[in-house]
Amino acid sequence: MTMNHKGRSTRAGEAGPPMPHQTFTGNKALDMEEPLIFEIGHMDNCGVDLDEPMDFVPRLGSHMRTEPVDLPALSEPETMRHYVRLSRNNYAIDAGLYPLGSCTMKHNPRLNEKLARLPGFADIHPLQPISTVPGAFELISELADWLMELTGTNAVAMSPKAGAHGEQCGMMAIKHAIEAKGEERSIVLVPESAHGTNPATAALVGYKVVAIPAKSDGTVSVDAVIEKIQAHEGQVAALMLTNPNTCGLFEPEVIEIAKAIHEAGGYFYCDGANFNAIVGKAKPGDLGIDAMHINLHKTFSTPHGGGGPGSGPVVLSDRLAPYAPLPFIRKNGEELEIVETKDQLKEGELPFGRMTAFFGQMGMYVRALSYIQSHGSDGLMQASEDAVINANYVRVGLQDLMSLPYGERPCMHEVLFDDTFLKDTGVSTLDFAKAMIDEGYHPMTMYFPLVVSGAMLIEPTESESRASLDLFIATLRDLVMSAKAGEKDRFEGAPFMSPRRRLDETTAARKPVLKWVAPEPTRVEPELA
Amino acid sequence: MSTYFTKDHEWLKIEGDIATVGITDFAQNQLGDVVYVELPESGKTVAQEDEVAVVESVKAASEVYAPIDGEIVEGNELLVDEPAKVNEAAESDAWFFKMKLGNAAQLEELMSEADYKAFVETL
Repeated sequence: MTMNHKGRSTRAGEAGPPMPHQTFTGNKALDMEEPLIFEIGHMDNCGVDLDEPMDFVPRLGSHMRTEPVDLPALSEPETMRHYVRLSRNNYAIDAGLYPLGSCTMKHNPRLNEKLARLPGFADIHPLQPISTVPGAFELISELADWLMELTGTNAVAMSPKAGAHGEQCGMMAIKHAIEAKGEERSIVLVPESAHGTNPATAALVGYKVVAIPAKSDGTVSVDAVIEKIQAHEGQVAALMLTNPNTCGLFEPEVIEIAKAIHEAGGYFYCDGANFNAIVGKAKPGDLGIDAMHINLHKTFSTPHGGGGPGSGPVVLSDRLAPYAPLPFIRKNGEELEIVETKDQLKEGELPFGRMTAFFGQMGMYVRALSYIQSHGSDGLMQASEDAVINANYVRVGLQDLMSLPYGERPCMHEVLFDDTFLKDTGVSTLDFAKAMIDEGYHPMTMYFPLVVSGAMLIEPTESESRASLDLFIATLRDLVMSAKAGEKDRFEGAPFMSPRRRLDETTAARKPVLKWVAPEPTRVEPELA
Repeated sequence: MSTYFTKDHEWLKIEGDIATVGITDFAQNQLGDVVYVELPESGKTVAQEDEVAVVESVKAASEVYAPIDGEIVEGNELLVDEPAKVNEAAESDAWFFKMKLGNAAQLEELMSEADYKAFVETL
């Protein structure tokens, strides 16, 4: 068996510290126990009056619902309170520094939101006639031009809805390009430090994954790539590489690696999750990529995580451009033509199919273009530089106390520590990360990448001021010194002060409760004296 | 009956031409709490080092390889309902699968219990 012993431990937390006294409500001041909306909402409390529908003939036949829908119903203030209370238990980029490595949790400028709410963008419907929304297509086309310019490519598939969806789009284009040449290839090379979605995508598209070991300095060598190409001669369809990689390091041999994979008849898929480090500084097209997804929700500040849908356009090299999926916008000079069906195709256009019903995440396109245009090319370049400077500021502020697996050398937009500095303290990476929650920080990415032991991957992004970084560094220094001083109580079972304590992940996985069931209504008859 | 070990932290007990295969106690300890096990289908012919089963802990998912060539004759259904058994009895009740030996000569390249213990010491 493969044995990843560098992963996370799974201890559940013990009981928390005693409270001064139990409150009647169970609330702790602003920390409120909020029930599920289904537990507080009842149809007879509905806050909305809808007129009875006019007479109509139902056409649902036997599909007609006979049971009540049993939706929760609340008044407007109850609804507001429910979600506001829940949101106060949530950590967000709007609440504090969010150092999640490989995820680029940057500030979402409010200008983006203002523009995305313009009725001309916010109120359009994907099914309204195309002739009524030329502005929307002009915006998509304008954003596409920026993405091609920033990546040094001539084609982009806009519709994929997230990074992994973009990976699938790129890999399907590669598969069709190979099949169009009449070839059969079965293998995709993926470095050990890759995001988990890379091998998953390759497998989903039907390839066998062969891992490339990392060098002792955390990067991928062209020799290791050539070795695998030779071991599977004629079988390698593609290489999937993240650059800068998940150790926060720029791959110095990327051009040679691209050349090697091209000479072997394969394609170079670049994972663009870390594009934020190099926007305006290097064009992936110049590095020899054939396809790369761009996470608009990471690099170009559209909301992320619970805050909004992802969007993962994929730029394509000239070799892959013909296979871009439908629908797409064809430019005839200044004129934009919407290509939605196969009968509209021209010679040389060989789309592999369609990945989405419509044109993608329109709201994200508006936000991304707003971010790009308000920054300008100089601003985008400065954002990349600041992201890298901030990560190195954190690195230098912590490297004497925490351990850098690849030595004291500059990193890109994120800095990777391992757990060597916690050796013999009895504190694990998990404990350390959980103790950060008590300090009011979202933990960094932990136990990823898998190439180092107990990884802690910190990406501060360009959003943070020097004062913010100084406090973050001072907090981590305090935690490290506390761990080294043997103050295990601060870590074991942390977090102590969050609305919920450490979760029991083992029981959650072994006995998952996947469905909420309404409790049987119980009526207690009052006892009469 | 004799027991062999692999560098991939699997054990196999030989009875006649049937090998019972599982993961070692060292492996379960390193994996942490096991939450899911996927077993191979009976009747499947496999080659040495083919991925035949999956063991998932809260830490990570790992593949279990065929330690030798052969044919899968049975998976341990007990583990499907009770993956925690792997943590409790990795080298006895929590075997993963039984296979019919395809090439007994391959056993000679595997480790004895003493060799495996020495190997683990080096990790």
